[in-house]
Amino acid sequence: MSELNKALEVIKAERALAEGGAEGNLVISKTWLSANVCRMVLQAPHIAKQRKPGQFVIVQTDVDYGERIPLTIADADPEAGTVTLIFQTVGKSTTELGQFEVGDYVPVCAGPMGKPTHIEKFGRVVAVGGGIGIAPLHPIVQGMKAAGNHVTLIAGARSRELIIMEEEMRQAVDDIIICTDDGSYGRKALVTEPLKEICESDKPDLVIAIGPPIMMKFCAETTRPFAVPTLVSLNTIMIDGTGMCGCCRVTVGGQVKFVCVDGPEFDGHLVDFNGMLRRLNAFKAEETCARERGCRRAALVKALEEMA
Amino acid sequence: MPRYVEDPRKINQRALDLCEKLLSQEKALTPKERLAIPQQKPPVLDPLERSRWQDEVEKTYLPAQAILEASRCLNCKVPQCVKGCPVAIDIPGFMKATAEGDFAQAVAIIKRTSLLPAICGRVCPQERQCMQNCTVGKGLKDVQSSVAIGKVERFLADWDREQADSAAPEVAPPTGKKVAVVGSGPAGLVVAADCRRAGHEVTVFEALHKLGGVLRYGIPEFRLPKKVIDAEIATLKRMGVKFHTNFLVGRTRQLSELLEEDGYSAVFLGVGAGLPIFMGIPGEDLVGVSTANEYLTRANLMGAIQPGHNDTPTYNSKKVIVLGGGNVAMDACRMAMRLGAEEVTVLYRRSRAEMPARAEEVQHALEEGIRINFLENAVAIHGDDKGRVTSVTVQRYELGEPDASGRRRPVAIEGDTYELEADTVLVAIGNLSNPLLTAATPGLEVNKRGNIIVDEATGKTSLDRVYAGGDIVLGAATVILAMGEGRRAAAAINELLAAEK
Repeated sequence: MSELNKALEVIKAERALAEGGAEGNLVISKTWLSANVCRMVLQAPHIAKQRKPGQFVIVQTDVDYGERIPLTIADADPEAGTVTLIFQTVGKSTTELGQFEVGDYVPVCAGPMGKPTHIEKFGRVVAVGGGIGIAPLHPIVQGMKAAGNHVTLIAGARSRELIIMEEEMRQAVDDIIICTDDGSYGRKALVTEPLKEICESDKPDLVIAIGPPIMMKFCAETTRPFAVPTLVSLNTIMIDGTGMCGCCRVTVGGQVKFVCVDGPEFDGHLVDFNGMLRRLNAFKAEETCARERGCRRAALVKALEEMA
Repeated sequence: MPRYVEDPRKINQRALDLCEKLLSQEKALTPKERLAIPQQKPPVLDPLERSRWQDEVEKTYLPAQAILEASRCLNCKVPQCVKGCPVAIDIPGFMKATAEGDFAQAVAIIKRTSLLPAICGRVCPQERQCMQNCTVGKGLKDVQSSVAIGKVERFLADWDREQADSAAPEVAPPTGKKVAVVGSGPAGLVVAADCRRAGHEVTVFEALHKLGGVLRYGIPEFRLPKKVIDAEIATLKRMGVKFHTNFLVGRTRQLSELLEEDGYSAVFLGVGAGLPIFMGIPGEDLVGVSTANEYLTRANLMGAIQPGHNDTPTYNSKKVIVLGGGNVAMDACRMAMRLGAEEVTVLYRRSRAEMPARAEEVQHALEEGIRINFLENAVAIHGDDKGRVTSVTVQRYELGEPDASGRRRPVAIEGDTYELEADTVLVAIGNLSNPLLTAATPGLEVNKRGNIIVDEATGKTSLDRVYAGGDIVLGAATVILAMGEGRRAAAAINELLAAEK
């Protein structure tokens, strides 16, 4: 009997440990929006309640060695206590994240990090989303619309199947312009084309561009001559995401800023995109991922440079 | 078997022989005899070999060495050493017990005032605290010849950890009150232990995915093995302290919610400094320039030092320049050596006497082949066409009049500069206070450097039921000072909660 009591004590202690140290976020649902774009809904009640448009979380697939990946929050349901992440499987870490199934626990999901988007009534707002950059725009356009703005979305991607969240976005905004590189859907154009036309015909009060760095750079260049305030949301390499390491730093208007705590949104006309692109390529993993997209990027840069 | 500077078996033999000789004497040792005992040097790994791997450089005293070293203590009537200790450990008390071979009693004496002796014994700057005032050191006219108090403390803590029956400290009956601790660094761990011992339910919230704060991401394995931190945290868990990682108070949940909705009666903020300062010189955004925080976090927290794990890699550096002269600079330069650098140079703009790093770390770095250039500093960093670091322009200095810190101010010698080749530059010139929590918390008063303002006697902040301590109050300081602050705040919290019964 006394031995059993001892066993009970052990179990009680173990239970306390398990409860005290239980970490991880349950995968509630998972859908592939295209071959390598995944929508994952995670249980994260605190984050679901606290997050505001523009903020992000840090996710890890392994608590000992996993990279800390910043991912913007595409949506959240405070009632259900869930957050929706949309990510593209480009490197090792995002590929691993894509392998978590419903019922699994993602070991780390911390946040919300970063400053929220400043939302108020500006008047006419144009949101430009490239590829999965459309996902973080979703809560932002919802917020802008709710604040009484007229919101136009320009959504761009390589081809039709890479245009994500079209239905949700149609419901959230007033107008939508879709562009594809290959013309398989919407206009055969880069997002900067309709952006320039809007600037010429009906100058917006604010532009928010989220997508690949090079797209954001050229969006900022497109609006600069029209002096339209242009926000960009940067996604540099981070480690802690709390301002401790300085890895994510960018130069904005000649000053060192940390994307994790000062951003992720900055005035696109002041961001040193060339410096940022240089630092984004500092590590091998990034180089591998850049290699896969190298041809497309080179073509895109060439086209944009001809246009600008 | 790793190679040592001197074979530990020989060290042990010598200590055992001397111990036997002294113990066979009939009467107690005279002060003169005590002074004649040579200061004990623990086994130390061979510098050239150790500079390539992560193993702890200095080993723990052998038991005979601990007895000998403790026997050097004169048991002064008015112990000056205690005055140098931020938490006033009864040093002569635990020295006497150690000299008598009663290690359990010695541990008990230390634990009355210090909760993390295995950590403090390793990372305290003893030469500026207890050892600075030691009568033995004064008698021998050399602070480094004082009784090696930290090494004896570390021996006792390590000995205690190895004892199978090492019990978790006793916990008072449940009070039904809840205390939240924000940050699991040295200050937070101490508050967790003290408040839990008083019977309160304690939960520690940590922003990162692993516990220990700076002990985990900052201080490298070769100086503070992770198993030592793990053991301290395991003890807290056995006492019933709960831990939540990946939880950012101020982001995941607000401070006010902890107090108003989650039922916490008091909160301790020990969130650390953690906002790195840059030099503000040209070229700091080049690839290959990072803060020492980043470099050490990649290596220590993210596992870059483990072969085969490069999800979060460090730069493949051959020629490294480290800027700064504190403990973080020493950790960074020694880590760079261990991660394969061929040439590591530290630039420090004052002289060795002004260096804030622990003397032992400076000595170890020099032994390991690191060059420390005193009275020099970087004024510009240069890169190639791909934006990668290639060299640094170094300015030479001389010492002028003392400045506000009391140290002689370095003055640039005009025109005296040269170029130093490098592929990596690590900036280790200090940290400001991290504003993540303070900015999100209305009514929490901070000074102009961003440090939380507290009542000196209690650690209480401008907010009701909210206390703070450690680097977020002091600016970047030491582990033991953070612990001292934690103890003070925990005492105030326990007093507050007891009064409300």
